[in-house]
Amino acid sequence: MFDFTDEQLHRYSRNILLREIGVEGQARLCNARVLVVGAGGLGSPAAIYLAAAGVGTIGIVDHDRVDVTNLQRQILHATVDIGRSKVDSAAETIGALNPDTRLEPINMTLCAENVLKIISDYDFVVDGTDNFSAKFLVNDACVIMNIPFSHGGVLGFTGQAMTVIPGRSACYRCIFRQPPPTGAVATCSEAGVLGSVAGMLGTLQATEALKYLTGAGQLLTDTLLRFDALAMRFRTVPLTRQDDCPVCGKKPSINEPFDYEGADCRMEE
Amino acid sequence: MTGESCPPDVQKNLIGIGCPMNMVYAKVELAKLREGQVLELILDAGAPVINVSRSIGREGHTLLKKIQLQDKSWSLLIRKGR
Repeated sequence: MFDFTDEQLHRYSRNILLREIGVEGQARLCNARVLVVGAGGLGSPAAIYLAAAGVGTIGIVDHDRVDVTNLQRQILHATVDIGRSKVDSAAETIGALNPDTRLEPINMTLCAENVLKIISDYDFVVDGTDNFSAKFLVNDACVIMNIPFSHGGVLGFTGQAMTVIPGRSACYRCIFRQPPPTGAVATCSEAGVLGSVAGMLGTLQATEALKYLTGAGQLLTDTLLRFDALAMRFRTVPLTRQDDCPVCGKKPSINEPFDYEGADCRMEE
Repeated sequence: MTGESCPPDVQKNLIGIGCPMNMVYAKVELAKLREGQVLELILDAGAPVINVSRSIGREGHTLLKKIQLQDKSWSLLIRKGR
């Protein structure tokens, strides 16, 4: 059993009071390791709520630096952080929020070469990436390594999320076999995105991570949750695991992660 | 209230501890026990004894006995559930 200090019992009291979490669930959170891929619009709220909840170790992967255009939604970062590496900025924000949480900054672009090594250390992955190539990479790597993860995506006033338990529930590639052709789908930098919508989806992903780690409730598995903020409507689309899925099907053709053309793999100096 | 007599395995004095931290401390003590073991809590009158008594049932435990002591505080005997 985790030996809580009195300060920790106060800090996590609202979690501990929940029957579904309790002392045992909080202990699991404090011992847990979650990887957040991307310190952007989804990863920011996800990492903040995970740290606030007491997740013991949070890894954050991002190779980017903070830009003024990020600040409308990427709430890990502040105006004074413009120009800093996002993972350094994230580490400072998380450290100020909860010194119990150990933040592992990974100043890299996730790619086929490094993804298995990076994710292998974690109990759960939050996909906060902003492009299709990275989303397929995270999906394939998590399925191959048998690591549960939460998929999330936002564009404009809309968003979607699903949780994948490899080998048990439908994966991202069960639904979407490959990325759309380049230019077929607008990006947030072209079409815009409402920051609070990214906040809602990232928060939902954090909730799924916390539920998985504590065993509370039912996960958003075999279901795609779609959210339209303009109509303020949530819609769920039932999914089924596909036997012919190239990564989690009966005869998988994808047995190791790969990068789609155009994806780069670099580390910030 | 039931008046079942059962010697407690553990006692916890929560006098002076307000809501909801009294319930948090109660849950910490219950987490250390095995199913069927008994915890005695000493609680202040008023909101503490009302709220903790109510929460115990929701948590799946059984309130065996609830008596007011001479100093007006309350003793709760709780059998740990699953």
